[in-house]
Amino acid sequence: MRSSKNALSSLWQTLFGHPVRAFGVVSLLLLISLAIAPAKNHFSEWRHYQKQYLSLIRTREDAVTLQRHFHDGIQQIWLPQLGVVDRCTTCHVGLKEASLGYVSAQPFRPHPVIPHTSDQFGCVMCHRGQGAATTVEEAHSSTLAWEQPILPARYVQSSCGQCHRAALMGTPQLNRGRNLLSRYGCVHCHTIKLADGTAIKPTDDPPSLEHIADKTTREWIYAWLKDPQAYAVTATMPNFKLSDPDARDISAFLISNSTPIAGDTEPVSKEQKAPDPAAGASLYGESFCASCHAVQNAAGNVVGGDVGPELTRIGNKAKPEWLQAWLRNPRIYDPGTAMPHYRFTDQQVSLLAGFLGNKTDSDLLANVHLDAATPEQITHGKLLVTEYGCASCHQISGVKKPDNFAPELTHIGSKALTQIIFLPGMQHTLPDYISAKIRQPRSFGAALKMPQYTFVPAQIDALTAALLALTDRAHDLPLSLTVPAQPPSNYQPAGKAGQLMADLACFSCHAINGRGGDMAPDLTWEGSSVQRPWLQAFLKNPGTLRPALIRRMPRFNLSDSDITELTDYIMTVYQTPAFDRDSMPASGYPPAQVEQGRQLFYSKYACQSCHIIDTKVDKGYIGPTLTQVGSRLNAAWIFHWLKDPQTMRPGTIEPNRNMNDEDARMLTAFLMTQKGSGKAEAKK
Amino acid sequence: MTRHLRTLFAVSAILVTGCTHKPGPASTLKPTAFGAALVESSGGKQIGATGMTLAQPMVVQVNDEQATAVTGALVEFSGPAGVSFDPASGLTDSSGQVTTNVALGGMAGRYQLTAHTITKAQKPVELKIEEIALGYQQQVGFRLDDKYCSRCHNPESSAERVSNYDNLEVKPHPFTEGDTLNKMSDAELTAIISHGGPALNKSALMPPYGYTLSKSDIEALIAYIRLISDPPYHAAGTVYAEK
Repeated sequence: MRSSKNALSSLWQTLFGHPVRAFGVVSLLLLISLAIAPAKNHFSEWRHYQKQYLSLIRTREDAVTLQRHFHDGIQQIWLPQLGVVDRCTTCHVGLKEASLGYVSAQPFRPHPVIPHTSDQFGCVMCHRGQGAATTVEEAHSSTLAWEQPILPARYVQSSCGQCHRAALMGTPQLNRGRNLLSRYGCVHCHTIKLADGTAIKPTDDPPSLEHIADKTTREWIYAWLKDPQAYAVTATMPNFKLSDPDARDISAFLISNSTPIAGDTEPVSKEQKAPDPAAGASLYGESFCASCHAVQNAAGNVVGGDVGPELTRIGNKAKPEWLQAWLRNPRIYDPGTAMPHYRFTDQQVSLLAGFLGNKTDSDLLANVHLDAATPEQITHGKLLVTEYGCASCHQISGVKKPDNFAPELTHIGSKALTQIIFLPGMQHTLPDYISAKIRQPRSFGAALKMPQYTFVPAQIDALTAALLALTDRAHDLPLSLTVPAQPPSNYQPAGKAGQLMADLACFSCHAINGRGGDMAPDLTWEGSSVQRPWLQAFLKNPGTLRPALIRRMPRFNLSDSDITELTDYIMTVYQTPAFDRDSMPASGYPPAQVEQGRQLFYSKYACQSCHIIDTKVDKGYIGPTLTQVGSRLNAAWIFHWLKDPQTMRPGTIEPNRNMNDEDARMLTAFLMTQKGSGKAEAKK
Repeated sequence: MTRHLRTLFAVSAILVTGCTHKPGPASTLKPTAFGAALVESSGGKQIGATGMTLAQPMVVQVNDEQATAVTGALVEFSGPAGVSFDPASGLTDSSGQVTTNVALGGMAGRYQLTAHTITKAQKPVELKIEEIALGYQQQVGFRLDDKYCSRCHNPESSAERVSNYDNLEVKPHPFTEGDTLNKMSDAELTAIISHGGPALNKSALMPPYGYTLSKSDIEALIAYIRLISDPPYHAAGTVYAEK
C-alpha cells in the first residue's frame, strides 16, 4: 500500500513538479481531448462505407459518372411537411444508380423501381427505422426491441397503405389483407377508423339467428360451434374453442330464442315423388349456382364461387322444408341476402331441394347427442352469447349488439412496444406481435375471447400488413398527400324496376354507378349499348356471349311484364351522355363500306384473334362472339367503343387501337350486318 | 483495491457475455436414418414476391438407394441472404418428406435454394431448387400479364380460364420462352407491345397496347418478362464481378 502511494506521488512529481512541465502536460491533454471528436468522425462507420463504395466503383467503366453522382460526407433528406429527416443515403450511396443492378452487397444496391423517389418521401416513410441515425445499429436496430426498427421486407407493402386507400396493382398483399379484414368480419368487433373518419365495413354478411330453428337443428348448431371448418372448410366463422357444455348451452339458447317465420315450417308436400338426382344436378348446373356457391369434390378441392356459403354438407344443416321455402323466395327469411329470387316452379324447387338435401356427411352429426335443454342451460347459453360477443356479428333477438366489443385498431400500426406484453421467446417487434396474435390469439392468455381462425401463413402476413398500415402518420398526413379510395356508392335504382333488381340481386354480380359485384359486366351504360329486342330476349332466356366463361347469367323465369319493366328502365336510365344512341342507323350500310370493314376486321386490326364472326373459320375465344352483334349492339355504341373502349367501360381489356373515324365507321358497318348466323351466311 | 478490480472484472465479464450474441448450433435434430438421394416433391419454380412467404410450401423427399422413402433423415435448408425457412431443418416424416415454408429475400430476382442431407457415409447430398421473387415493378407486370397478355401468350388452360393460344394461327411466344425473347432488346419489346406485331414485321394478331397501357406499365411488363424467362435473361453490356 505504502509503495503504491510512493509511486503515485513520484508520478505526480514527474508530471506536474515544475510549472513549465505542468503547463506542457496540461496542453498535451487538452490537445488530445480536442482531437477526440475529429478522430471519431474520421473513423466513423459511414466513412468506412463511403470509402468501400469508392473502391467498388473505381474500376468500372462508368466510374466517372458514378463518381460525379457521389457526394462526400453525411447526406440528409429533409422533408419538414412529412417530418422526415433521413440520413440513410449517407451509407446507401448507390440507391439511384440503376447501373449497379448486379451489385448484391449492401449498402450499395440500387433501389428497386417504384413509382416514388427518395427525394419525395425519404426512406423511413416506407421502411421505418431511425432516419436521423448515422450508425447501422441505431438506424436499423434490428437486434434490439427498439420503438421503430426497420420494417421486414415482407410487410413493406403496408407502408403504401398509409397514403393509398384504394387497391394498387403493385400491392397484392396489402389489398388481400384489407379484403380479409372485411371478409372475415374482423371489423365487426374491432373498430378501424380511417383518416377521413369513415370506418372499414365488413363484407361477410353473417346470418341473423332470430329464426334459426326454422333453418337448422340444435345438433347442427352444436357441431358447427365446436368446429365450423369441419362442416365447411371455407367457413369464415372462427373457432371459439368452446367446451362441450358451453356449446350445448349456446345451442339450447339459440333454438329456444328463435321465432318461426310463416311458410318456413310448412311440411314438404308428400304427393311429389322422390326427386330425380340427375335432374337436380342438371338444374343446379343450369341455374349457375356454382358461380356463387362452392362444393368440395372427392379430391378435396373446393370448386365454385365464394359469394354464398359452401354447400358440401348442406343436407346436414338445412331442414328440408326450410330449404324449399328458401329456394322459393330467399328474401322472406333474409331480406338483405345476396341470393337472387329465382322464381323457380314448385317442381324445380323440390328437385333442387332434393338434390341439395342429399349433400350430407354421415360423420358430421354422428356423435352429437343432446338431451332436452333445461332452463338453466338456456340462461347460461344467453350469458355465454353475451360474453363472447356473438351479437357483434349475428342478429340475435334479446341480445344487443355490443359497441367496441374488442380493442379499436385504428392506430395499431403505431402501437408503442411498451404497451405490449410479449410472449417469452418472441421477437419484440410490432409485426411479430400482430402476426402471433392473429395466428394464435389464445396463446396470449387462455381467458381471452378472441377466437381461433384458420388462416394460412400468407393470409396472416397479408392481415399483418393491412394492420401495420394503420399508423399515426396515416391519420396525420396532409390531405393533399393521401390518395383516397373510391367512395362507396349507395346507388339505388328507383321504382318498380328498382324493387325487381333488388329481388333478383342484380348487384351481387353486376355493378351499376359504382355499386355492385365484378363477376358480370358493368351495366352503367347498358341502355346505350344494346338493342331493346335483344335485351328482352336475353332476360327471357339468357344465352352466352362468351363461350369460354363458366360463370354465366342464370335464367330467372321472369314474367313478360317484369321483363318489360326492366327493359324499359335499363333502356331509358342507363344511358351515356357521351353520344346520341340514334346517331347511326342499325342497317342500310353501303355494301362497299361493309366489305372494307370486313377487310379491316380480318387484316389491319386482326379482330379474329379474340372474336368470332364466322364460326367455321374464326376461333378467338377472349371477347364476346360477334355472330349476332348487329342485332345485339347499338351502332353508335360500336363506333364509340372502337374509338375508345376504356372510356365506355373502364378497365375493359379490349385494347384501344387509336382508330380514326373512317376505319371505325367501316368496321361498324361490317359489324352491324352480322345479324345472326343465317343472315351472315347469306352476306357471303 | 484487488477486490474492486475483481468486481470490475466480474461486471465487465457479465456485460461482454450478455451483449455478445452467440448463434446457437444450426440444428439440434439428430437423424435416426440416412438416405442416398434428395428429390423435390413440390414447391419448386414458384413465382412469389420479395420478402414474402411462397404460396405453396417447399416439400422435399429423402430416398435410399432403392428409391424408397426414408423416415427420420435430417434435411437442412439454406439459401442466399434474406431467405428464411420455417422450419430451417427437419426430420423426414413417415412418407420420407420434409415440408418448409419459404420466405424469399428483399430483392427481386431468382433465388437458388438448397436442401442438404447426409448419407450413412457422411457424404453430403444437395438438391437445388429455384424460386422467383417479384419486386414492385415485376408485380405490376405480373398483374398486367394476367389481365391483358396471358390469355394468348400462356398455352395452359385452367377451369376458370380457357387459353386462346390454340385458336391463333400464328402462335404467340410464351413469356418464359427465353431462347426467343432474350434475343430481343427492351426497345424491341416496347415497340411490339406499343405498336403491335406489324411494328416488327410480325403477326397482326398481336394488337398494339400503346394507347391502353402507360409507359411505366410497359416497362413493368418487360421487367416481369425478363425475370421469368427461362433460360434467365442477362442485360447486354459489361457485367462487373463483385468483390
